Amino acid sequence: MPDWWRHGWIVARKDLLVEFRSRTAIVSAIVFTVLVLVVFNFGRDPTAVAAIDLAPSILWVTFTFAAMLALNRAFQLELENQALDGLLLAPVGRSSIYLGKLLANLLFVGIVEAVGLPLFALFFNVPILPVILPLVAVIALATIGFVAVGTLFSAMTTRTRFAELLLPTLVLPFMIPPLMWAALTTGALLAGRPLSEVGGWLRMLAAFDIVFVTLAFLLFPATVNE
Amino acid sequence: MLLAERLRHAFGAVRALDDVSFTVQSGQTLAVFGPNGAGKTTLLRVLAGLIHPHGGTARIAGGRRAVGWIGHQPQLYGTLTVRENLRFWGSLYDLRPPALAARIDALLARLDLGEHADRPVRALSRGLVQRVAIARALIHDPRVLLLDEPFTGLDRTAAETFRRLLAQQAAQGRAAVLVTHNVEEGTELATDVAFMRAGRFVHLAPRAGRDAGAIADAYRAAIGGADRGADA
Repeated sequence: MPDWWRHGWIVARKDLLVEFRSRTAIVSAIVFTVLVLVVFNFGRDPTAVAAIDLAPSILWVTFTFAAMLALNRAFQLELENQALDGLLLAPVGRSSIYLGKLLANLLFVGIVEAVGLPLFALFFNVPILPVILPLVAVIALATIGFVAVGTLFSAMTTRTRFAELLLPTLVLPFMIPPLMWAALTTGALLAGRPLSEVGGWLRMLAAFDIVFVTLAFLLFPATVNE
Repeated sequence: MLLAERLRHAFGAVRALDDVSFTVQSGQTLAVFGPNGAGKTTLLRVLAGLIHPHGGTARIAGGRRAVGWIGHQPQLYGTLTVRENLRFWGSLYDLRPPALAARIDALLARLDLGEHADRPVRALSRGLVQRVAIARALIHDPRVLLLDEPFTGLDRTAAETFRRLLAQQAAQGRAAVLVTHNVEEGTELATDVAFMRAGRFVHLAPRAGRDAGAIADAYRAAIGGADRGADA
């Protein structure tokens, strides 16, 4: 296993262990997801708009804001006792630190999505089982993109005042393209459209991931250097 | 082993480092005394590579891998146990399981932390946390120690244990830079002494057998009214 990957995994494993011990953020994110889905379910007029038309947007709004909770905590825990200094002092590439944070955030958001998706199907009565594989692929592609961007901005904002407010303000504009493609793809899949029809959006999501994951790896060192 | 050459750094209009140069060889401990805001912590952060200086160079033989840092903050995760913290930091320095476990056990025994090994750090007292921070800094057996007010929070016994540990490190050829405003605490370990004011070294000389009282007198003479609270 190359050193950069091993160091990244060590950082990710530590983050997950810290979260497993406190469970604060993961429980908050899951409760938030459930509440948003419940509110949207009971807050809409089922006779005015069909659930299938509204559901994709609701799914992605829910996942986006739940992910913010994970992204906010990613570097906050490094501020405790100035652990970030220790990470920067260690003979570990800055990219490995970013990789570790990215992996931990992806797993964290993935867990929230794994809980949210069945609830979404239940509340909105949408048939996800026939399209589960392409739907999971869309969710994975979109999640990688916005978590990559969010992890980078989390590092940038963590030492600022009002970091929790600043992070969504900076990240959301970058999330618009992947979220738009993800919502369109999800809507088409749930409507039973053929996979070939959504191929273009999937390629766009993949391209977004490649570009922004690469950029985030390149820019991350500059965000943590003094 | 450690070289600082004409270091300069500023935070806005405030000069934190102003033409600071020195070397520390194997087995030497340089104690840097100065009032709050003199630039002591900035100096250590520049030496550690945490801050890129605006001018000059800082070099440590062996690079980041050779540095052990003990500062105001313990750089530990409160929800993890003492052993988990040490395992994490040791892994980052490429210590592998059998050697890492042995190293952790040795440090826990040396710092009298054995009975606290499986307690979360946030459940420990300030003094115990500082001892864990010392274990964390020594986990990879660093050749250079950067110490920023390391006695903060330690009780008399723990401070004595720590002093002995540092003396052993120096005897084994480790170099150290210790910054503190407390002359009494820093003098005993020092082979060389520097006084710092407004980012500048106003005195740099071997300790040459001087005791804490003599160092404190020299410090007051050099710093003047800038640090009326100097302990000695």
